[in-house]
Amino acid sequence: MSDIRYVAAESLDEAVKAMLAAGGQGKILAGGTDLLVQMRSGAQNPGTIVDVKKIDEVMQIVELPDGGFRIGAAVSGAVIGEHRKLAAAWPGVVEAVNLIGSKQVQGRASAGGNLCNSSPAADSVPALVAAGAKVVIQGPNGRREVPVEAFPTGPGRNCLAPGELVVSLTLPPRPPGSGDAYLRLIPRTEMDIAVVGVGVSLTLKDGVCTAARVGLGAVAPTVLLVEDAAKALIGSKLDDAALEKAAAACSAACKPINDKRGTIAYRTKIAGVLLKRATAIAARRATSNVPGGMH
Amino acid sequence: MTGQVYKWIGTRPNRPDGADKVTGRARFGADFNMPGQLVGRVLRSPHPHARIVSIDIGAAAALPGVKAVVTAADFPEQENIVVPAGEMQVNLRDVTRNIMAREKVLYEGHPVAAVAATTDAVAKQAVALIKVVYEELPHVIDVAAAMQDGAPILHDHIRTEGVQPAPTKASNIAKRVENLKGDVARGFAEAEVIIERSYTTQPVHQAYIEPHACLASAAEDGQVQVWTTTQGHFQVRGFCSRLLNIETSQIRVTPSEIGGGFGGKTVVYLEPVAVRLSQKTGKPVKMVMTREEVFRASGPAPGGTVKVKLGAKRDGRIVAADITIALQAGAFPGSPIGPACWCSMACYDVDNIRVVGFDVVSNRPKVAAYRAPGAPISAFGVESTIDMLAQELGMDPIELRLKNAAQKGTKTHYGPTFDRIGFIETLEAARNSAHWKSPVKPGYARGLAAGFWFNVGADSSAAAHVAEDGTVTVISGNPDIGGSRASLALMAAEELGVDYDKVRAIIADTSSVGFNFVTGGSRVTFATGLAVVNATKDAIRELKVRAAKIWGVDPEGVVWEGGQARPAGHNVGEFEPLSLAEIAAQAGKTGGPINGHAQLNAQGAGPGFGVHIADVKVDPDTGGVTIGRYTAVQDVGTAIHPGYVEGQLQGGAVQGIGWALNEEYIYNARGRLDNPGFLDYRIPVASDLPMIETVLVEVPNPHHPYGVRGVGEVPIVPPLATIANAVARATGVRMTDLPISPPRLSAALDAAMPRLAAE
Amino acid sequence: MAKFHVTTTVNGEEVEFLCDAQDSMLDVLRGPLGLTGSKEGCGSGDCGACSITVDGRLVCSCLMLAAEAQGHSIGTIEGMAQGDRLHPLQEKFIELAALQCGICTPGFLVAAKALLDRNTNPTETEVRYWLAGNLCRCTGYDKIIRAVMDVAADMRKGVAA
Repeated sequence: MSDIRYVAAESLDEAVKAMLAAGGQGKILAGGTDLLVQMRSGAQNPGTIVDVKKIDEVMQIVELPDGGFRIGAAVSGAVIGEHRKLAAAWPGVVEAVNLIGSKQVQGRASAGGNLCNSSPAADSVPALVAAGAKVVIQGPNGRREVPVEAFPTGPGRNCLAPGELVVSLTLPPRPPGSGDAYLRLIPRTEMDIAVVGVGVSLTLKDGVCTAARVGLGAVAPTVLLVEDAAKALIGSKLDDAALEKAAAACSAACKPINDKRGTIAYRTKIAGVLLKRATAIAARRATSNVPGGMH
Repeated sequence: MTGQVYKWIGTRPNRPDGADKVTGRARFGADFNMPGQLVGRVLRSPHPHARIVSIDIGAAAALPGVKAVVTAADFPEQENIVVPAGEMQVNLRDVTRNIMAREKVLYEGHPVAAVAATTDAVAKQAVALIKVVYEELPHVIDVAAAMQDGAPILHDHIRTEGVQPAPTKASNIAKRVENLKGDVARGFAEAEVIIERSYTTQPVHQAYIEPHACLASAAEDGQVQVWTTTQGHFQVRGFCSRLLNIETSQIRVTPSEIGGGFGGKTVVYLEPVAVRLSQKTGKPVKMVMTREEVFRASGPAPGGTVKVKLGAKRDGRIVAADITIALQAGAFPGSPIGPACWCSMACYDVDNIRVVGFDVVSNRPKVAAYRAPGAPISAFGVESTIDMLAQELGMDPIELRLKNAAQKGTKTHYGPTFDRIGFIETLEAARNSAHWKSPVKPGYARGLAAGFWFNVGADSSAAAHVAEDGTVTVISGNPDIGGSRASLALMAAEELGVDYDKVRAIIADTSSVGFNFVTGGSRVTFATGLAVVNATKDAIRELKVRAAKIWGVDPEGVVWEGGQARPAGHNVGEFEPLSLAEIAAQAGKTGGPINGHAQLNAQGAGPGFGVHIADVKVDPDTGGVTIGRYTAVQDVGTAIHPGYVEGQLQGGAVQGIGWALNEEYIYNARGRLDNPGFLDYRIPVASDLPMIETVLVEVPNPHHPYGVRGVGEVPIVPPLATIANAVARATGVRMTDLPISPPRLSAALDAAMPRLAAE
Repeated sequence: MAKFHVTTTVNGEEVEFLCDAQDSMLDVLRGPLGLTGSKEGCGSGDCGACSITVDGRLVCSCLMLAAEAQGHSIGTIEGMAQGDRLHPLQEKFIELAALQCGICTPGFLVAAKALLDRNTNPTETEVRYWLAGNLCRCTGYDKIIRAVMDVAADMRKGVAA
């Protein structure tokens, strides 16, 4: 029987040291909703489990002076969902995080864990990509930041170097007239892995889209930032032609597989369908986010 | 409709096991432990089809903490004979091979060896140390492929039964069955409208939330005790006895509370293995399946193909039906092809019917019973085709069914003639239901389908023990899977004329009550209920004898009314009535304990009919189906405890909805199951559903003192076609292949776009 | 390697136990602590039969390491009734026949209580989504949802505690 070590690190330094000491056999434990399942199935056999939930910085949501937010990597979905200011500023991100698993899973699962698990179907990631979130990483050589879309490098793989761990995710400040949304397609109404997930964040000024980002999940080895879809939206009044063009860009970006959750044809089609629907929700939120800007 | 006035029947008291089950106190299969117990684990085949060349248990057996390793060599060979198990028939030669593979592994997950060790961790490690050399063989998963010439053959000894002249070549088609009524060719010649379609359904799992679990203890003197989660502890006893050559009375099986079964816990997987491990180690052995093992190696229900051809007159009278059904049996023969064939047209009084069925083996786990085994599959085909017929004829779907409805005196295509049944009443109740009479909401469409199940009687035993204070214990032997303790206690209280809370119903182990056939076939409230009623009558007979003794009169001079013994008339004498408690208090002086007993083979289980209605909305872009409203209407005979009867209708309907929309076994090209968990084997969750409305139609079964019909199985039969029919009416697209999952429906909608656009 | 020594609170009582690093909270509840009311239906967080609360937060005990319990407060089905009085949800489940086989019942009750502790006025849709992580294969959910809605209504009227 392999002897697994469990370390409840009190500081980032301790966590980094424990990961280094584990020599590639270390796993960070945040909510554990992926790790425990993978350990049970034999997919993961860590030598050391490093629990980071005693470290304040990874357990807090902080409103930044510039109006942005820093979400600790291990903050649970339930806590994120209860943060009113965050939910008001980034409803799409919050709803995406809150779609990870059941209420029970929400009690533990975190955005940081969802990201580090690096599944192409991770629900929170397309919304974070659309939001332009940055990943704050701590390692033996100190701290660095990468854009969310650059974090995963393949199914189950990411850019973390040995000894590195994710500390937090930062969301930028919101200009007026901004809104975001996340939609996913699942066969049931709950408890499924996304067949396709689309996150859209945009800013409207006088009815014209001045900025947009689109994240697309479960259609390629990693979650995609679909710049062509954003380009199609920017400068438009989100009219049907622009939406069709953006939807086509999403479908074109798809490099999906046939699997137990969906077919190539279905995923490609649904990417476009959800782009349009998510854009409509984001636009509605953007409109209501302009002070006095309600129609 | 019964006209009967009962004091307790038809009321909704709290179930006797309620408090235990809401506090976590109730003990289910995995909740039993003994001092010094070992943990048993099974090594399972990674291949769908392979010859076992060798098994080396040396390293596993040598691991510290490992106390025994067993393989097929530890289980005696069995005869090629068929015995009943639940609603299915099983062959002992096959059963012993299913619990432990012998010459070959026949499906991924097939047990190859098992270990008993001091801890679970050691047991898992030991399993990994067993070295099996396999010679992989070509495999076949699908039923149609398995029937083709040149398909990989699973069993060299199988020659298709029911074919003349008897074949000489081995085949995966284990059996061909045929039911014939009238002259089908002549019927179709008379028909003015003919509709013919082919349908497929996928295997689905019973998906009980409690995995299989048991604890076995074999003592040095040969006596064996087993605690297990099962629908039939007498069956467990029987199988352990046969498979291990242990005298039946040496084995005592105690059923735990059972966390769902739906037919899937009428057979054995772990118990004989745990007993054998216990025999070899001299210690109790506990075995619990993981969810993955449950999916890979237990159940499921078969998938199948159904071809339906119906001929009708323009006025809606169906004049001919020709149906062909092929069902996957899994690795060993014995799919529910018989019931699938018999149920297919049982709802309808049609002169000319031919139904042909095939029982086909393939490299999947051996199927087990699942709620009305086989019937949902054939009903999906028939009820979809009848809906198409209604659309073709421009008839109301209830009207069409009423026009052809089976009733008392209808001779079925499989032999029996119906006694009093309630299909017409059920259809009329559906037509009069709030749901059917309500307008269909914009964006929704309404579908309807019917279903039939025989229901089963069979063997039951029961006892009624009167305690010294006059309270009563009712003892029977069917695990309570959905509230049957309450129903049995209600019938006993009604019979005795005492309050419900003076009667306690318990479920006894195999050594404490006479034989009871499995909890299955919707038989418990009917057959075991009958045994309980008879045992109660027997106790009442004795109570009257005692009252007679107290009064010094003949027993014939005593009647039992309202929970009291009374003189039958003035000529007997003037005596104050004696209550149950008063007679019980004097039992010691009047002849000792007062008990009643009964044993019977119940005949005359009343068939049941259901009609379901669904309103669905289809998202044309995604193929997602939303159920806005759902109603299950059923002839339930007499609802003893209406709350649990409604629950059966609701639960069965939702299982059928899952079957229709999302549930399926998904195999990859290597013959391995790709979705062995609740994440990707998608049973309905609470947010998928509306409330499930129920309409209980009560046409009493003339063969039961309280009119009971089985109710548990019928409600899974109609939903598959109900959903498909509603989707067809919502979209104009007829889905003939299940499940109607979003990718499939979306593809069908896209494929139909040019046609629909042209219409 | 030595086992971990964990001190925690279960249903208001301080308890200590020893565990291995990989042991789940569910393993320890059902094993050393003898609290078998929490059930294992899947071991992967998909069925909710092992639902417990940790510091009042609803979680699957199969997805939590036992070692993590150090210093926290665990609530299980065994702690739901107060003395000899069932919780109103427990009573209502019995009264409305909201359980058939009963294996999922502890998980549903723990989850439903966590909902009503936060919100005594949930809509049917909110109840259904809150309980979507609890699988029931017997009831079709109808009577479970009704029971939870009924108790919520009683709580609003002040009938139930």
